[in-house]
Amino acid sequence: MKHIIFLFTFFMTSYAMAAVPALPMGLDDSSSSFSSDSFEDSVWDNFEFDSFLDVRAGTRLYDQDLQSDTSLAEVRLQTGVSYEGDLLSANLVADFIYDDVDRDMDQNFQTGTGSIDLREANFSFTPFDFMDVKIGRQVLTWGVGDMVFINDLFPKDWNAFFIGRDVEYLKAPSDAIKMSLFSSVANLDLVYMPRHDASRYIDGRRISYYDAMTQSESNTVVDAMRQTDDEFTLRLYQSVGSVELAAYYFDGFWKEPEGFDIVAGKAMYPALRVYGLSMRSPFGPGILSSEFGYYDSLDDAHGTDPLIRNSESRFLLGYEQEAAQNFTVGVQYYTEIMDHYTGYQLSSDPTGYIKDHVREMWTLRLTYLAMNQNLILSLFNYYSPTDKDGYIRPKVTYKQSDNLQFEVGGNIFFGETQILPSGTEAQPTFWGQFENASNAFVAVRYTF
Amino acid sequence: MKKMFLTLLIMVFGAGAANAMSVEKIIERANEASYYKGDDGRAKVKMKIVDSQDRERERQFTILRKNTANQSQRFYVYFERPSDVKKMSFLVYKYVKGDDDRWMYLPSLDLVKRISAGDQRTSFVGSHFYYEDVSGRNPNADVHTLVDTDDTYYVVESKPKDQKSVEFSKYKTWIHKLSFLPIRTVYYDSKGQEYRTYTATKVETVKGYPTVVAAEMKDDVIGGKTILTYENVSYDVGLPDDIFTERYLKKAPTQYLK
Repeated sequence: MKHIIFLFTFFMTSYAMAAVPALPMGLDDSSSSFSSDSFEDSVWDNFEFDSFLDVRAGTRLYDQDLQSDTSLAEVRLQTGVSYEGDLLSANLVADFIYDDVDRDMDQNFQTGTGSIDLREANFSFTPFDFMDVKIGRQVLTWGVGDMVFINDLFPKDWNAFFIGRDVEYLKAPSDAIKMSLFSSVANLDLVYMPRHDASRYIDGRRISYYDAMTQSESNTVVDAMRQTDDEFTLRLYQSVGSVELAAYYFDGFWKEPEGFDIVAGKAMYPALRVYGLSMRSPFGPGILSSEFGYYDSLDDAHGTDPLIRNSESRFLLGYEQEAAQNFTVGVQYYTEIMDHYTGYQLSSDPTGYIKDHVREMWTLRLTYLAMNQNLILSLFNYYSPTDKDGYIRPKVTYKQSDNLQFEVGGNIFFGETQILPSGTEAQPTFWGQFENASNAFVAVRYTF
Repeated sequence: MKKMFLTLLIMVFGAGAANAMSVEKIIERANEASYYKGDDGRAKVKMKIVDSQDRERERQFTILRKNTANQSQRFYVYFERPSDVKKMSFLVYKYVKGDDDRWMYLPSLDLVKRISAGDQRTSFVGSHFYYEDVSGRNPNADVHTLVDTDDTYYVVESKPKDQKSVEFSKYKTWIHKLSFLPIRTVYYDSKGQEYRTYTATKVETVKGYPTVVAAEMKDDVIGGKTILTYENVSYDVGLPDDIFTERYLKKAPTQYLK
């Protein structure tokens, strides 16, 4: 009996030794007083420095004569310094670029050409509990679309997006004063741009476009006359439960040169006012978003001026959800409905390309994370059933380490060749005109 | 001899009988001790992620938490490392019933992205910890059984009510009797094999609350482990409600992050 009990006890004890965890440090006999980290105050604690080196190269996928076959060949060093003080914070971010495709460009801080691209140079402060102010060069974004912008009338860089730079370069910086007001009723963002902030549009320098005058693909550089007047935009927003609601207003100019000045013989930016609304909310297992904007093209109130883009309504409906673990699917439907379509039809060149009254577009985003989220497979696809054209953006990103990242991607445009009333064959549609710009690229980024 | 036998009897059967606390109460206390300390809390979190080939990655972020009504909570996460995610912020409204609301802010694009709630058992920032491990698994999602009690621990076995929603068949937690902190959690696959183990390795008492300040998660399926440390922990900081809004998602609330 004694032996049995001994064995039983032994068995129990050894079982317990194997399975019962030891008490962690602090719960065992040792003292458990808490020692907080000691911080030495230094003025440099308020400063942070961030940099990365980004090298990328790309090639065009189709034979063409208008542009260099190398779509991308650049080395970019981004350096950033930020200061966080009690009363003020400040940010300075600049990119130093060696661009082998665009070697001869003059330095221009507005269009971002040349060897320095100033991304941010701003300071911000909180004059009152209910107010934040940010002044200077800054990147601004709002609206609920995914790579589709309606009420976000801040400048974009379409060249950067199409040739395969990092997606952060889709947003060009604004020179602005942003004032944000917060209250329990609603929040208000007011943005004032002392001078028209235009997008870095497709100007033929790097990517050719469909030229309505010649009814063909053209690399003639469009040197648009930038407006010198100011612009103003606001967003009023509030959440009701989990539903985010916002209203928008913009008073300024088209972001791309959507007009032509016959006297100067140059492209220009007509006046534009935009009124909009958006909503974003959880719906089922995903996120539902919707946005509307009315684009009032003030210089062409009746749509009869063929040299100025008509007014239009834009509408977006989107849904995104995690379809499986680490796999996200997002779908958006987008439409543009032209105002005064009859006026447009009657005033347009009868031998040229006439746009449809309604342009519809779908987008699809697929994102898959693998290998502990260090491998990211992503696909973003635009497709227009009305224009029968589209744009596919596949990308594979691999994070070799916390500092080193590799990327392989593509920008593939497609569309249908049309026979215009003049008998000319052309690809005039929104995405189709860029088919020859289709490219594939590789990139390496080292952050430090 | 009789005495020894009696001791053994008490060891084997006594603990359960003497213990008046129901398993539900134990789980509730453990959940509170792990995730609800104080009205609010703050910690600087450092993660060392070691993959199956011993390669190391680092994550560093500050996490702010505030308890709201009905056991709901709000979390604000500000990323400090590595540099490709630096200055990003993440906001979560967690509800006991229903899906989380989540937002992410990407400073280089000035973009506030709303993220669908998604699978709670998905890796948090590429580590071996799941979202659910960081913010707490709903105690009502499992059926709990007290399988053992010794001088130090309550040992609770938990089985999921919805087997399809999780990758484990059951898990076993050693809950420290005095502090109610889970010290070890072992997850079992469908064959009953252990494959994932959480271990608290260091505890400190902060403002009277015993707090796990170092822990690790080892996962044999993924391979490797993540070592997590909490620094600069504080409770009842007095975080204002508006920290958990878009305003501070875009503009880090520096005074509460230090």
